[in-house]
Amino acid sequence: MQTNSRNLYLIPYVLWMVLFVAAPIVLIFYYSLFDIEGNLTLANYAKFFTPVYMQMTLSSFWYAFLITAFSLLIAYPTAYLLTKTKHKQLWLLLIILPTWINLLLKAYAFLGIFGTYGTANNLLAWLGAGRQQILFTDFSFVFVSVYIFIPFMILPIYNSLEEMNPSLIDAARDLGSSQWETFKKVIFPLTVSGVKSGCQAVFIPALSLFMITRLIAGNRVITLGTAIEQHFLVTQDWGMGATIAVFLIIAMAIIILLTNNQRRSAR
Amino acid sequence: MRKNSKLSNLYLVLVFAILYAPIFYLMYYSFNSGGTMREFEGFTLDWYKEVFQDTRLLIIVLNTLIIALLSSAISTILGVFGALAITYVKKRRTKNTLLTMNNVLIVSPDVIIGASFLILFTMIGIKLGFTSVLLSHIAFSVPIVVIMVLPKLEEMSSSLVDAARDLGASKWEVLTKVILPYITPGIFAGFFMALTYSLDDFAVTFFVTGNGFSTLSVEIYSLARQGISLTINALSTLIFLVTILLVVGYYFITQRNNRVKGVAIRK
Repeated sequence: MQTNSRNLYLIPYVLWMVLFVAAPIVLIFYYSLFDIEGNLTLANYAKFFTPVYMQMTLSSFWYAFLITAFSLLIAYPTAYLLTKTKHKQLWLLLIILPTWINLLLKAYAFLGIFGTYGTANNLLAWLGAGRQQILFTDFSFVFVSVYIFIPFMILPIYNSLEEMNPSLIDAARDLGSSQWETFKKVIFPLTVSGVKSGCQAVFIPALSLFMITRLIAGNRVITLGTAIEQHFLVTQDWGMGATIAVFLIIAMAIIILLTNNQRRSAR
Repeated sequence: MRKNSKLSNLYLVLVFAILYAPIFYLMYYSFNSGGTMREFEGFTLDWYKEVFQDTRLLIIVLNTLIIALLSSAISTILGVFGALAITYVKKRRTKNTLLTMNNVLIVSPDVIIGASFLILFTMIGIKLGFTSVLLSHIAFSVPIVVIMVLPKLEEMSSSLVDAARDLGASKWEVLTKVILPYITPGIFAGFFMALTYSLDDFAVTFFVTGNGFSTLSVEIYSLARQGISLTINALSTLIFLVTILLVVGYYFITQRNNRVKGVAIRK
């Protein structure tokens, strides 16, 4: 009898869930079944499997993969070294701090840094390499994205490194393994859960970026996110936009399933 | 534990330098009388003057603050209801379903949230503008508050509630005199997180703002797409200072609330 009155808390919460979690997903699926004139059709899905959209999807995945790989490459050593510093908490806070600054402002800063007469080019000119076109290239897109996502890769890896029992490393050393072997056979396998959640935190947003492609990549790079934004806000073809969104949701679900399986046992 | 070598310290310094370079770069040029981010010609406060004289911009700042404060207040209330509801659900499966549903909006890419809310609001007939932005900010902040409050509730021993009951407290009294004071740190942390998410959000807002209404990040985006203007630099310096104040505030709250360590961080 007590449970009945307690369940009152559920009413506003479930109402919120139905309206803002369940309904939007259903609506996305529903809209993907209509073409631009409002006819019920599967044409959008057929269109998605044409070379134009397939190529866009592939390149979107490729960029997301590159961004994730570079983030991991830079973030892992950073996280590892951070665990060995004095005042760990302070340094960690300093890693988090830039993430609280609006993403657009950081992207905007790179417009100046990578510009034709910006700092990066001045440096290149000084080194004798001459001025290059850096802005609006694949390089600048990947660089800025990695810059933005790096803290989200560092944090989970840092956490899993911190959870690791340090005596395991000592044991590996005592048993005569080299530094590299210790890393390969002990440290890395034990921190895989952190790496996985880091990859999840970078890959999904990297698939759906659209403001950075517009600002930094000058519309050369089209990700799934850019395509969705384009269809919804520019061409007003909501049906096609929703279809791409459906595929993005599916991709997201797959990535979450792939990166989550081991997390439970690691906890 | 072994200390870091010189080389690894250099690596860390480099990572931190790159992490902060764009931010300080923006700040530095906000004092440039030259009007570009290329050469520093002389010190000036003109850009700051321009920010404070631009009434349109000030109205947008005000809008952003109103949306942030209102949405985080409302989502904190809803989120506390949600956390209470989840704790009181005894069936394991229902609980897991609720938690999964709760996390959907946290892991969803912003583009999908934005696009699906755009469909939702158009279908219900809510005019795009203040209301739609406010509603969507509430919608994506609720799960964050739930995540921040939930650990506090779970850590609370049930004997506290039983004791209060035995001493004759009504349900309302148990809630307001025992439970709520106990979870206050979690509530504050949730409120702060919601506040920063709302202030920071661009992608979702961009989809649901419509024509007449704008928030700071949407405005920055449209300004940045037009090219470099040092007013943005001045504005970003001011935002950076406010952010630091917020982070320091948040830091002190979480220090008192050790159990809830920066879990949810935005992409």
